[in-house]
Formats: sequence, C-alpha cells, structure tokens
Amino acid sequence: MDYEIVVIGGGPAGLAAAIEARKNGVQKILVVERDRELGGILQQCIHNGFGLHVFKEELTGPEYAERFINELKENNITYLLNAMVLEITQEKEVHIVSPNEGYLCIKAQAIILAMGCRERTAGAIAMPGTRPAGVYTAGTAQRFINMEGYMVGKKVVILGSGDIGLIMARRMTLEGAEVLAVAEILPFSGGLTRNIVQCLDDFNIPLYLSHTVTKVKGHNRVEGVTIAKVDENRRPIPGTEINYDCDTLLLSVGLIPENEVSKTVGLKIDPKTNGPIVNEVMETSSNGIFACGNVVHVHDLVDFVTEESRRAGRGAARYVQNQLDNSVIGFETIAGDGISYIVPQSVRIENVEANLDLFMRVRNIYHNVKLVVKSGDKVIKEKKKAHMAPGEMEHITLKKDELQQIDGSTLIIEVKEEG
Amino acid sequence: MEKEHELICIVCPMGCHLKVTKTDQGTIVVKGNTCKRGEQYGKNELTNPVRVLTTTVKIMGGSLHSLPVKTNQPIPKGLIFEAMKEINKVVVEAPVTVRDVIIKNILGTGADVVASRSMKK
Repeated sequence: MDYEIVVIGGGPAGLAAAIEARKNGVQKILVVERDRELGGILQQCIHNGFGLHVFKEELTGPEYAERFINELKENNITYLLNAMVLEITQEKEVHIVSPNEGYLCIKAQAIILAMGCRERTAGAIAMPGTRPAGVYTAGTAQRFINMEGYMVGKKVVILGSGDIGLIMARRMTLEGAEVLAVAEILPFSGGLTRNIVQCLDDFNIPLYLSHTVTKVKGHNRVEGVTIAKVDENRRPIPGTEINYDCDTLLLSVGLIPENEVSKTVGLKIDPKTNGPIVNEVMETSSNGIFACGNVVHVHDLVDFVTEESRRAGRGAARYVQNQLDNSVIGFETIAGDGISYIVPQSVRIENVEANLDLFMRVRNIYHNVKLVVKSGDKVIKEKKKAHMAPGEMEHITLKKDELQQIDGSTLIIEVKEEG
Repeated sequence: MEKEHELICIVCPMGCHLKVTKTDQGTIVVKGNTCKRGEQYGKNELTNPVRVLTTTVKIMGGSLHSLPVKTNQPIPKGLIFEAMKEINKVVVEAPVTVRDVIIKNILGTGADVVASRSMKK
C-alpha cells in the first residue's frame, strides 16, 4: 500500500495539511489518527474563541474541528482511526499498529508530522509532597469533564496560569466546583489576557503571581495544597505559605511538542521550541518530511496552526511534484535580543511563493517597543508594538521585495526600545 | 462624575487595552479599541456585560457521554449560573447535528442553547 503523502495526526494541523495537499493536486493522501475520532484536542476545547482569523467568526473547538473534518471527507481523503504510528524511516516508511488493521508498513513519498503536543506533568516539575488521587493535568481534567462526563473534584487549586488552566478554572466553577486559587511561579501569566479576564476575574478567582505549590497533602485523595511566594530565583520564601483544604490540584505548567516519532528518524530538534527545525515550507532536517502545528512549536491560537499547516501541506505537495529547489542553501533566522525563538529556523528565498511569515515569542513583557528585522546591519522592517508578552505569539510578514534585501546568510529579529 | 475604566477586550485574542469613560451626559466613550466590536464590548461592560456560555449536556446513545453546547448569542453575565442550572436538567438522544437547538430562548434572553458538534449514534 503506497501513498504520496502520509499525515501523522488528525487534529487541526493534520486536517489542514491534508486538505491543502489535496487542493494542490495530490491524489493519494492518508491521515493516521490514534484517537477514536478526528479533531484532536479541539474536541475537548468546548469553549469559544476559535476561528476568528480563519473563518471570521467565533467558534467552539468542536465546531472548528467539524468544519475541517467535513472538508476532509468531502475531498475523499483516506484516514485511519485508533491507529498508532510507532516509527518512521529515512526511506519514508510509516510503521503503524491498530486493533482493526493490525500491523501496517506504509510507503510514502512525503510525510507530514502533525502529532501536536503533550502536557508537562507533576513528575516533570518535581512537585513536592505526596502523590494521592486528585492531581490532574488541566487537559486531562478537561477531557474527563467535557467528553467523558466525569467531574474530577469539588474544591480545586490550580498550579500554572497557562490557557488550559485558566479555561479549566472557569469550567470547574460553572460545573459547581469551588476554585480556591490559581498559582503562577512567574511574575506574569503565560495565558492570554482575555482568558484572565473572562475565566478568573469574571468569577473572582484569585491569581497569585510568583507563587508555587510547596506541598501536596493526602494519602488516598488530595486533602490539601500549600502554596508559597517565590523569590527571583523561584525559591519559596518561608513564612509566605497559604494552606488550602481541597480535593483536587490541576496542573497547567506547560506543553511539550510530541516528538517521539520524529526522534525515530533522527530529525534535528530546536532546543528552544522542543520541535523539529523547519524551513520556509515547513520541511524538517530530513528531505520530504514536513511538520506543522504544535509538534513544531506550541501555539496559542488554532487559527495560526491552520495557516502554518496549510503551508506544510502545500510544501509537501510541491515536494511530491518536484517543484521545490533543494539544491540551494538558505539563510538562518536568528533570535536576537528579547526574542526566545523564531519559526521557521531557515529560509530558502527561492522557494518562497509570495510572502514569508515568521513566528516568534518574546522573552519578557514589553511596552511600547519595536520588533526589528535586520540582515547584517541593515534594517529591513520594523513593527511598533504597544504590548508584547511571552504568552502571546508574535508574527511578522516579509514581502518578496523585503526578502530580496537580505544579503549574507542571516536574518536577525530583535526587540528594541522606541526612540 | 466622569470615571475612566481600564478594561481588556475579550472579543478576540488580540486583548486590546481599553479605556472606557462615561461622560456626565451619560454617553460612553471607548478608546484603545482597534475594531468596532471592541467599542461595543467596552459599552456593554459598563451597562450590561454579556458572555457566550459554553458547557455540555448529557447525551444518551452517542459516541461520547457529553455533548458540547453553547448559547448562540451572548447572555447577561448575571444569568450564567441560572442558565447552567437549566442546561444541566437536559438529557438529549443521539444523533445530533451541529447547531441543533437544545433549549429555545433560555431564561427569556432570546438566546438559544445549540449543539456545538454533531454526534452519531
């Protein structure tokens, strides 16, 4: 069984990439999904706010997913459910197991990685105290409540102010739980500001910045959680403890791109994003293997995942049709002052069709600054920013004529004070 | 007395920082917004704050135990918990199609609670 393109993952990234590849003339496409249905994490994100860029209207996660699932089906794109990819090879063989199909080895001309990300756990952050029942990652609790119909607890403390943690603070409150506090170790929230307003402020849930969990109490079930203020080195300050009697602790302490499969084929991973290094068409360090969505870098908005995945789908289609120039060596994009990473990490101008979109995160909270794009000492573009935060991804579009101004082998983006 | 309220717009993920003032004549002036919807949000927050409510209802015979639902337009913030009580009384049967009306005109707000996904048997 041979396919032109195999897409690993049937969430928003995989769906958009597969549909775009079809629209660009690729006939034989297979999407491999490990869950029992397509749609990925969107199916548990029942809140609204999705689709403002892509559809110009505000949708819930399941609604956003359904539009893409319908389009995939209308395009007669083949998909496998309950199917787990174990390994991919340089020869672009995809090894799959599934209860329905058994073991499969599928040969592809191009592969698109769209596995998304996973949550950091209590183990990953070395949380002190016991490990009773009642400690959940926020996304697991979200799936239990929104899809499986289980309520996870009644009195809740949340560690981490990432978007899922904030969304779950509201969700638990609506379902009758009491959310006592959200603690965030950093001096600012990692979530979108709108989520602090509509998920915490609306329900008078206190947010403790520069605080972390110092103790989890309980034998069989969580009985209490202690939080404390931390100093600038993130060490708890004695005497600042607050004790809560609660039965549940939710963790929203970060997401990690899910690259187990990428590692089986030895892709180069960017230590800053924890995802594969990609170029202007979302191709990884291995020719013909593409990647898009949260497997590359964690996004805050699914709309941007869709746009990035369409680029990957188009790139894979051009690869299959031999339209990509692989002979040229491009330039690197370098994260300068105040920038933590840039995607894509390298660009071959020859393969850029119209504009080049660069995505990045800043290291800190900034007010009234500029994002400056430079090649050597030459400033190619500047963008004024009234407000930037690490929790909100930034984006700069370079037009073809701006790209022509790049000389040498590097492009740097940095944050500069106005004036 | 004129009073300036600092708000963060939640209409979209841009999160514009708004300055909303109610003048002595009673008109409301919104600054800092970058779109028309932001202006409307600023005015609503001072007069009648509204939110779209998203939650789930129990579903029988579906592929999952819960069906996600939402109000098809924003409802007054003060009615959210009362609306939750009404919604939690409902049990639906699969199959359901996205946008199917689950509760018509909830609490007389004019908003319908609708399915936010399709679910087969």
